[in-house]
Amino acid sequence: MNWSWFPEYFPLLLQGIWLTIQLLVLSMVFGLIIAVPVGLVQVTGPRWLGAIARGYCTLMRGTPLLVQLWLLYFGLGSVFASYPEIRQSVFWPVLREGYFYAVLAFSLNEGGYAGEIMRGAFLSVPKGELESARAFGMSPWRVLRRIWLPRAFRNVLPTLAGETVLMLKATPLAATVTVLDIFGVILRVRQNTYLTYEPLLLAAALYMVITLVITQMFARIESRVPSRR
Amino acid sequence: MNFRRLLIAAAAALTIGATSARADLVFATDTSAYPPFTSKNAAGEWVGWEYEFMNALCAEMNEKCTMTAIAWDGIIPALLEKKMDGILGSMSITNKRKEVIDFSDMYYNSAAVIIGARNGDMDFSPEHLSGKTIGVQGATIHQNYVDKYYVPKGAVSKAYQKQDEANADLAAGRVDYLMADGVALRDYLMSDEGKACCELKGAVPDDKEVLGYGVGVGLRKEDTALRDKINAAIKSLAARGYFEELTKKYGLDGLMKLPPRG
Repeated sequence: MNWSWFPEYFPLLLQGIWLTIQLLVLSMVFGLIIAVPVGLVQVTGPRWLGAIARGYCTLMRGTPLLVQLWLLYFGLGSVFASYPEIRQSVFWPVLREGYFYAVLAFSLNEGGYAGEIMRGAFLSVPKGELESARAFGMSPWRVLRRIWLPRAFRNVLPTLAGETVLMLKATPLAATVTVLDIFGVILRVRQNTYLTYEPLLLAAALYMVITLVITQMFARIESRVPSRR
Repeated sequence: MNFRRLLIAAAAALTIGATSARADLVFATDTSAYPPFTSKNAAGEWVGWEYEFMNALCAEMNEKCTMTAIAWDGIIPALLEKKMDGILGSMSITNKRKEVIDFSDMYYNSAAVIIGARNGDMDFSPEHLSGKTIGVQGATIHQNYVDKYYVPKGAVSKAYQKQDEANADLAAGRVDYLMADGVALRDYLMSDEGKACCELKGAVPDDKEVLGYGVGVGLRKEDTALRDKINAAIKSLAARGYFEELTKKYGLDGLMKLPPRG
């Protein structure tokens, strides 16, 4: 075992850990923002919107995430590049980075998976609770905000914890589009030191630790939010 | 019973197939195309200056050789793990690599160059490129050169797994410059995409410590017999003018430094 490279790459590794966490948090937040309406319209209708949402979930869950990421980065990215208006715009410094496409691809993908979960979550809330809320005179919007959404989220919290862990383990794909996340840094260590096992072992350990943190955080949230069934 | 016999027969066929197909020597190059040195044509056959050189080298040594592709960033670990006998993929001889593996004598050398957008701005000094993004292939002498001379002056280095991905991102404007081998980039600049977007800015000042001493066959340190054999073959190929001939065939004369004839 040769760990002599560790001090030299330590600052870069810290940046990599931070980037991985950013990718994970942004993808989960945007993914859930997409997932709530995608799940909801499949339960409430209108039917045509539900069909679109269902199609979206099928598309996102039926194609490999790597293909989605590369379609966006190498495909959409070079379409953007061919328009001088975009290339000269203030958004170009963001639009040229792999980071942007990684967050976009991960969010859209997570939206598909979590959308399906949220559909089930909305269905799992007992009808009687929604009906009594309505009997109190709440508007449909208020029922959603006060009863339906919180109850649905509470029911699928454990599933969402699992989704977050899965998302974490999908983030190394970002390294294929030049993002220096944990895996990107590890690849660079491997390239420069010609070592195989040590950097990969460290990567495995780092992802393991982050996974433990995620499960702990979700366990704490679950114990804070009372569930009555 | 029958099924078991079938299995044994299949296993036997597989082993025989595997042993008869194995060549005496296996050399590895990068998985991504690296024209004009090593790439695969539409039929999936190896072509290029370096592939032809390998065949000539092996004919000279009286060995049967095949070429295989291994991802560049893992090519040295693969050699150390004995996945093949040597690296024959335009790998420059550097002191840093020599700490881990051994090299044959140099069989060609070429300039490291910088290319960028076709805009007439020919200044490529580190000061001028401050704040710009320079694309390089990871685990190359060019990445180390950019890290040593350009990054301290404020440029950003962006590493790619494959040279053709770096090329695509220069055309797409996601990097401002590329630094790589002059002969390989010349091939790209002559392609339709390269012609449309980019131009040669020039060759960077040499630094042997980073850019190395030319390209050699990468070998395991303990394989000294093979190294001596390859060196002898390179010498006799050079003596009969083989390298000049091959380089002329590819229209590269004047662009590459070749082993001395004497």
